[in-house]
Amino acid sequence: MQGTPSLVGDLPHCGIAQVWVVKLSPDIELEEAMADSKLERARPLSPHLQIYKPAMTMVMSVFHRLTGVALYGGTLFLAAWLIAAAMGKGSFEAVQWVYGSLLGRLVLLGFSWALLHHMLGGIRHLIWDTGRGYGVSERALLARLTLIGSLVLTVLVWVAAYMVR
Amino acid sequence: MQRSMETPLKRVRGLGSAHAGTDHFWKQRATALAGIPLTIAFLVIVLSTVGKDFATVKATLAHPLVAILMLLFVLSSVIHMRIGMQVIIEDYVHEEGPKVLLLMLNTFFAIAVGLASAFAILKLAFGA
Repeated sequence: MQGTPSLVGDLPHCGIAQVWVVKLSPDIELEEAMADSKLERARPLSPHLQIYKPAMTMVMSVFHRLTGVALYGGTLFLAAWLIAAAMGKGSFEAVQWVYGSLLGRLVLLGFSWALLHHMLGGIRHLIWDTGRGYGVSERALLARLTLIGSLVLTVLVWVAAYMVR
Repeated sequence: MQRSMETPLKRVRGLGSAHAGTDHFWKQRATALAGIPLTIAFLVIVLSTVGKDFATVKATLAHPLVAILMLLFVLSSVIHMRIGMQVIIEDYVHEEGPKVLLLMLNTFFAIAVGLASAFAILKLAFGA
């Protein structure tokens, strides 16, 4: 490995494992380089997201993480709703008014889509955990089903919401 | 034949250098699976409160089945989201100080949101 350490890395969000070989210039001894941290410059980084043409599966992977982050923040809306209800009529009606406003409904629309998309994306991951669904066409199909499914379910939820109102 | 400094006991325990093994991996899947029916239940519960007045919503949330499902949903979600955010922090924050601080804040946030929600659900269920 001396002189030519090979790095094996997984590219996040791409589902491809890539292998690449690094050649340090011969005048840099590995130990010396480590000692004065020249290695940090000599060592190539894994190519990052902007290098790749966005693929459906990659975009869906990013969406899964983004919706997860959104839901993380979105728990505050649930907590606020529950706490307001526990506090009493006045605070509950205030929160309901905010959530019922145009902006509030837009945020809740986004929240419900994120929740459903993350749920379907999670099911996709659970399928992968069983070792299935790794083929090219299967991956594309799962990605499409996740997106279409989340949009359809979100519409259904909101149609139901307006119907029971 | 021993190939490394690892003792047989350490290998059998399978906890690795972080002493947690596959704990997070497994919990993330368990809470993901639990999250599917709980999310559906949560959406149905919320939908049933749309357009209802305070007394009705309060009565709905106070129903034991509703309260239990909401508690399970909150518990499963905050465990799941804490692990998820930890992975994100570990992916993008490499400086030791900020990383440890963010990991700690992540834990605080998950516990605070979970406890606050659970307290509110219990208060509604047991009567104010």
